[in-house]
Amino acid sequence: MTRELDATAHPGPAEPIDPDIDLHQPGQRQEPLRSQGAILTAISLGGAIGAVARYGLAQVWPTPAHGFPWATFATNVLGCFLIGVLMVVVTELRTAHPLVRPFLGVGILGGFTTFSTYANETRALLEPGTAATAFTYLGATLLCALLATLVAVRVTRAAGNYRRAVA
Amino acid sequence: MTGLLVVLGAMVGAPLRYLTDRAIQTRHDSGFPWGTLTVNLTGCLILGALTGAAVSSPTYALLGTGFCGALTTYSTFGYETIRLTEERSYLYAALNVTVSIVAGLGAALLGFTTAHALS
Repeated sequence: MTRELDATAHPGPAEPIDPDIDLHQPGQRQEPLRSQGAILTAISLGGAIGAVARYGLAQVWPTPAHGFPWATFATNVLGCFLIGVLMVVVTELRTAHPLVRPFLGVGILGGFTTFSTYANETRALLEPGTAATAFTYLGATLLCALLATLVAVRVTRAAGNYRRAVA
Repeated sequence: MTGLLVVLGAMVGAPLRYLTDRAIQTRHDSGFPWGTLTVNLTGCLILGALTGAAVSSPTYALLGTGFCGALTTYSTFGYETIRLTEERSYLYAALNVTVSIVAGLGAALLGFTTAHALS
Protein backbone atom coordinates (compact mmCIF):
# COMPACT_ATOMS: atom_id res chain seq x y z
CA MET A 1 0.00 0.00 0.00
CA THR A 2 2.69 2.46 1.06
CA ARG A 3 4.84 1.49 -1.90
CA GLU A 4 1.94 2.12 -4.26
CA LEU A 5 1.27 5.53 -2.76
CA ASP A 6 4.97 6.38 -2.97
CA ALA A 7 5.07 5.37 -6.57
CA THR A 8 2.44 7.96 -7.38
CA ALA A 9 3.73 10.71 -5.13
CA HIS A 10 5.20 12.83 -7.86
CA PRO A 11 4.27 11.88 -11.39
CA GLY A 12 1.32 14.28 -11.60
CA PRO A 13 -0.40 14.96 -14.88
CA ALA A 14 1.94 15.76 -17.73
CA GLU A 15 1.82 19.49 -18.38
CA PRO A 16 -0.34 20.15 -21.43
CA ILE A 17 1.10 23.61 -21.88
CA ASP A 18 4.42 25.34 -21.79
CA PRO A 19 5.70 24.86 -18.25
CA ASP A 20 8.68 27.16 -18.78
CA ILE A 21 6.84 30.32 -17.86
CA ASP A 22 7.90 31.81 -14.55
CA LEU A 23 4.93 33.56 -12.98
CA HIS A 24 7.24 35.44 -10.59
CA GLN A 25 8.79 37.37 -13.46
CA PRO A 26 6.60 40.45 -14.04
CA GLY A 27 7.35 40.48 -17.75
CA GLN A 28 6.15 36.91 -18.17
CA ARG A 29 2.86 37.32 -16.35
CA GLN A 30 1.07 38.35 -19.52
CA GLU A 31 2.33 35.26 -21.31
CA PRO A 32 0.08 32.72 -19.52
CA LEU A 33 -2.92 34.98 -20.13
CA ARG A 34 -2.26 34.98 -23.87
CA SER A 35 -1.46 31.28 -24.07
CA GLN A 36 -4.37 30.40 -21.78
CA GLY A 37 -6.69 32.30 -24.13
CA ALA A 38 -5.40 30.36 -27.13
CA ILE A 39 -5.61 27.06 -25.23
CA LEU A 40 -9.18 27.69 -24.04
CA THR A 41 -10.24 28.66 -27.56
CA ALA A 42 -8.64 25.51 -29.00
CA ILE A 43 -10.37 23.36 -26.36
CA SER A 44 -13.70 25.09 -26.92
CA LEU A 45 -13.58 24.59 -30.71
CA GLY A 46 -12.32 21.03 -30.37
CA GLY A 47 -15.02 20.24 -27.82
CA ALA A 48 -17.70 21.53 -30.19
CA ILE A 49 -16.40 19.35 -33.05
CA GLY A 50 -16.19 16.27 -30.81
CA ALA A 51 -19.66 16.80 -29.34
CA VAL A 52 -21.27 17.30 -32.75
CA ALA A 53 -19.61 14.11 -34.01
CA ARG A 54 -20.99 12.22 -30.98
CA TYR A 55 -24.44 13.75 -31.51
CA GLY A 56 -24.37 12.89 -35.23
CA LEU A 57 -23.41 9.29 -34.54
CA ALA A 58 -26.22 8.98 -31.98
CA GLN A 59 -28.67 10.36 -34.58
CA VAL A 60 -27.74 7.88 -37.30
CA TRP A 61 -27.43 4.99 -34.85
CA PRO A 62 -30.33 5.49 -32.42
CA THR A 63 -30.71 3.22 -29.41
CA PRO A 64 -34.00 1.30 -29.46
CA ALA A 65 -36.10 1.52 -26.29
CA HIS A 66 -34.53 -0.68 -23.55
CA GLY A 67 -31.77 -1.59 -26.01
CA PHE A 68 -27.97 -1.62 -25.75
CA PRO A 69 -26.64 1.94 -26.36
CA TRP A 70 -24.29 0.99 -29.20
CA ALA A 71 -23.60 4.56 -30.36
CA THR A 72 -22.27 5.71 -26.96
CA PHE A 73 -20.39 2.43 -26.59
CA ALA A 74 -18.67 2.92 -29.96
CA THR A 75 -17.98 6.60 -29.22
CA ASN A 76 -16.28 5.89 -25.90
CA VAL A 77 -14.25 2.90 -27.10
CA LEU A 78 -13.09 4.71 -30.26
CA GLY A 79 -12.28 7.88 -28.29
CA CYS A 80 -10.22 5.86 -25.81
CA PHE A 81 -8.27 4.20 -28.63
CA LEU A 82 -7.54 7.56 -30.27
CA ILE A 83 -6.36 9.22 -27.04
CA GLY A 84 -3.95 6.34 -26.51
CA VAL A 85 -2.42 6.97 -29.94
CA LEU A 86 -2.39 10.75 -29.46
CA MET A 87 -0.78 10.74 -26.03
CA VAL A 88 2.09 8.46 -27.05
CA VAL A 89 2.70 10.53 -30.18
CA VAL A 90 2.75 13.92 -28.42
CA THR A 91 4.50 12.88 -25.19
CA GLU A 92 6.95 10.21 -26.36
CA LEU A 93 7.47 10.26 -30.12
CA ARG A 94 7.63 13.87 -31.20
CA THR A 95 7.43 17.45 -30.02
CA ALA A 96 3.97 18.72 -30.84
CA HIS A 97 2.78 22.30 -31.16
CA PRO A 98 1.52 23.47 -27.72
CA LEU A 99 -2.05 23.65 -29.03
CA VAL A 100 -2.18 20.13 -30.52
CA ARG A 101 -2.94 18.31 -27.30
CA PRO A 102 -5.49 20.87 -26.02
CA PHE A 103 -7.29 20.85 -29.39
CA LEU A 104 -7.22 17.14 -30.22
CA GLY A 105 -7.06 15.52 -26.78
CA VAL A 106 -8.83 17.82 -24.31
CA GLY A 107 -11.14 19.32 -26.96
CA ILE A 108 -12.13 16.86 -29.68
CA LEU A 109 -11.70 13.56 -27.84
CA GLY A 110 -12.93 15.01 -24.53
CA GLY A 111 -15.99 16.43 -26.26
CA PHE A 112 -16.53 13.26 -28.29
CA THR A 113 -16.46 10.81 -25.39
CA THR A 114 -18.86 11.10 -22.49
CA PHE A 115 -19.08 9.69 -19.00
CA SER A 116 -22.39 11.34 -18.08
CA THR A 117 -24.38 9.70 -20.89
CA TYR A 118 -22.74 6.34 -20.10
CA ALA A 119 -23.83 6.56 -16.44
CA ASN A 120 -27.31 7.84 -17.23
CA GLU A 121 -27.98 5.23 -19.92
CA THR A 122 -26.93 2.57 -17.43
CA ARG A 123 -29.26 4.07 -14.81
CA ALA A 124 -32.15 4.09 -17.29
CA LEU A 125 -31.56 0.39 -18.03
CA LEU A 126 -31.64 -0.53 -14.33
CA GLU A 127 -35.20 -1.86 -14.55
CA PRO A 128 -36.26 -5.42 -13.75
CA GLY A 129 -36.52 -6.35 -17.43
CA THR A 130 -33.29 -4.73 -18.62
CA ALA A 131 -30.94 -4.99 -15.63
CA ALA A 132 -28.80 -7.55 -17.48
CA THR A 133 -28.37 -5.12 -20.39
CA ALA A 134 -27.43 -2.38 -17.90
CA PHE A 135 -24.64 -4.42 -16.32
CA THR A 136 -23.46 -5.74 -19.70
CA TYR A 137 -23.28 -2.16 -21.02
CA LEU A 138 -21.53 -0.92 -17.86
CA GLY A 139 -18.92 -3.69 -17.87
CA ALA A 140 -18.41 -4.03 -21.63
CA THR A 141 -17.80 -0.30 -22.10
CA LEU A 142 -15.27 -0.24 -19.26
CA LEU A 143 -13.45 -3.37 -20.43
CA CYS A 144 -13.36 -2.46 -24.13
CA ALA A 145 -12.44 1.19 -23.48
CA LEU A 146 -9.52 0.34 -21.18
CA LEU A 147 -8.37 -2.42 -23.53
CA ALA A 148 -8.58 -0.03 -26.51
CA THR A 149 -6.46 2.55 -24.65
CA LEU A 150 -3.88 -0.04 -23.64
CA VAL A 151 -3.63 -1.53 -27.15
CA ALA A 152 -3.36 1.96 -28.69
CA VAL A 153 -0.57 2.99 -26.28
CA ARG A 154 1.42 -0.22 -26.79
CA VAL A 155 1.00 -0.41 -30.58
CA THR A 156 1.83 3.28 -31.12
CA ARG A 157 4.89 3.02 -28.87
CA ALA A 158 6.06 -0.13 -30.69
CA ALA A 159 5.54 1.52 -34.08
CA GLY A 160 7.56 4.54 -32.92
CA ASN A 161 10.38 2.36 -31.64
CA TYR A 162 10.40 0.36 -34.88
CA ARG A 163 10.61 3.53 -36.97
CA ARG A 164 13.49 4.77 -34.84
CA ALA A 165 15.28 1.41 -35.14
CA VAL A 166 15.08 1.27 -38.93
CA ALA A 167 15.81 4.98 -39.43
CA MET B 1 -30.78 23.96 -34.94
CA THR B 2 -30.36 21.17 -32.39
CA GLY B 3 -26.79 20.70 -33.60
CA LEU B 4 -26.11 24.38 -32.91
CA LEU B 5 -27.34 24.00 -29.32
CA VAL B 6 -25.04 20.98 -28.88
CA VAL B 7 -22.14 23.10 -30.17
CA LEU B 8 -22.93 25.99 -27.80
CA GLY B 9 -23.17 23.68 -24.78
CA ALA B 10 -19.94 21.89 -25.69
CA MET B 11 -18.06 25.16 -26.22
CA VAL B 12 -18.67 25.92 -22.54
CA GLY B 13 -18.44 22.39 -21.15
CA ALA B 14 -15.06 21.43 -22.65
CA PRO B 15 -13.06 24.46 -21.41
CA LEU B 16 -14.81 24.20 -18.04
CA ARG B 17 -13.55 20.60 -17.75
CA TYR B 18 -10.02 21.79 -18.49
CA LEU B 19 -10.18 24.69 -15.99
CA THR B 20 -11.71 22.50 -13.26
CA ASP B 21 -9.10 19.80 -13.83
CA ARG B 22 -6.23 22.31 -13.65
CA ALA B 23 -7.64 24.02 -10.55
CA ILE B 24 -8.04 20.71 -8.72
CA GLN B 25 -4.77 19.10 -9.83
CA THR B 26 -2.70 22.14 -8.82
CA ARG B 27 -4.24 22.07 -5.32
CA HIS B 28 -3.81 18.31 -4.83
CA ASP B 29 -0.29 17.14 -5.50
CA SER B 30 -1.42 13.58 -5.99
CA GLY B 31 -1.18 10.94 -8.67
CA PHE B 32 -4.87 10.27 -8.37
CA PRO B 33 -6.93 11.93 -11.13
CA TRP B 34 -9.21 13.97 -8.85
CA GLY B 35 -9.94 16.53 -11.57
CA THR B 36 -11.43 14.09 -14.07
CA LEU B 37 -13.36 12.33 -11.31
CA THR B 38 -14.87 15.66 -10.22
CA VAL B 39 -16.05 16.73 -13.69
CA ASN B 40 -17.37 13.25 -14.46
CA LEU B 41 -19.40 13.01 -11.25
CA THR B 42 -20.72 16.57 -11.63
CA GLY B 43 -21.79 15.85 -15.21
CA CYS B 44 -23.49 12.59 -14.18
CA LEU B 45 -25.45 14.46 -11.48
CA ILE B 46 -26.55 17.29 -13.81
CA LEU B 47 -27.49 14.94 -16.67
CA GLY B 48 -29.43 12.75 -14.22
CA ALA B 49 -31.34 15.84 -13.03
CA LEU B 50 -32.08 16.95 -16.61
CA THR B 51 -33.45 13.49 -17.41
CA GLY B 52 -35.44 13.35 -14.15
CA ALA B 53 -36.95 16.77 -14.76
CA ALA B 54 -37.86 15.66 -18.32
CA VAL B 55 -36.62 18.94 -19.81
CA SER B 56 -37.55 19.94 -23.36
CA SER B 57 -35.52 18.63 -26.32
CA PRO B 58 -33.71 21.94 -27.00
CA THR B 59 -32.75 22.30 -23.33
CA TYR B 60 -31.50 18.71 -23.30
CA ALA B 61 -29.45 19.30 -26.46
CA LEU B 62 -27.83 22.41 -24.98
CA LEU B 63 -27.24 21.29 -21.39
CA GLY B 64 -27.29 17.50 -21.68
CA THR B 65 -25.75 16.42 -25.00
CA GLY B 66 -23.64 19.58 -25.37
CA PHE B 67 -22.62 20.81 -21.93
CA CYS B 68 -22.62 17.60 -19.84
CA GLY B 69 -21.31 15.54 -22.75
CA ALA B 70 -18.31 17.84 -23.19
CA LEU B 71 -17.82 18.45 -19.46
CA THR B 72 -17.40 14.72 -18.88
CA THR B 73 -14.90 12.48 -20.60
CA TYR B 74 -14.32 8.78 -21.04
CA SER B 75 -11.10 9.13 -23.02
CA THR B 76 -9.22 10.94 -20.25
CA PHE B 77 -10.67 8.54 -17.67
CA GLY B 78 -9.41 5.60 -19.75
CA TYR B 79 -6.01 7.12 -20.44
CA GLU B 80 -5.40 8.13 -16.83
CA THR B 81 -6.33 4.64 -15.65
CA ILE B 82 -3.90 3.02 -18.10
CA ARG B 83 -1.19 5.55 -17.16
CA LEU B 84 -1.64 4.61 -13.49
CA THR B 85 -1.17 0.92 -14.32
CA GLU B 86 1.95 1.76 -16.35
CA GLU B 87 3.29 3.57 -13.28
CA ARG B 88 2.45 0.41 -11.29
CA SER B 89 -0.05 2.37 -9.19
CA TYR B 90 -2.48 -0.52 -9.38
CA LEU B 91 -4.31 0.55 -6.24
CA TYR B 92 -5.00 4.02 -7.65
CA ALA B 93 -6.04 2.55 -11.00
CA ALA B 94 -8.49 0.15 -9.34
CA LEU B 95 -9.80 2.92 -7.08
CA ASN B 96 -10.24 5.26 -10.04
CA VAL B 97 -12.30 2.67 -11.93
CA THR B 98 -14.40 1.61 -8.94
CA VAL B 99 -15.11 5.09 -7.59
CA SER B 100 -15.83 6.56 -11.05
CA ILE B 101 -18.30 3.81 -11.94
CA VAL B 102 -20.05 3.44 -8.57
CA ALA B 103 -20.18 7.16 -7.74
CA GLY B 104 -21.01 8.09 -11.35
CA LEU B 105 -23.98 5.76 -11.37
CA GLY B 106 -24.93 6.98 -7.88
CA ALA B 107 -24.73 10.64 -8.97
CA ALA B 108 -26.89 9.92 -12.03
CA LEU B 109 -29.44 8.15 -9.84
CA LEU B 110 -29.39 10.93 -7.23
CA GLY B 111 -29.88 13.65 -9.84
CA PHE B 112 -32.65 11.73 -11.58
CA THR B 113 -34.58 10.81 -8.41
CA THR B 114 -34.31 14.30 -6.87
CA ALA B 115 -35.37 16.15 -10.02
CA HIS B 116 -38.14 13.63 -10.68
CA ALA B 117 -39.52 14.09 -7.15
CA LEU B 118 -39.38 17.89 -7.37
CA SER B 119 -40.95 18.23 -10.80
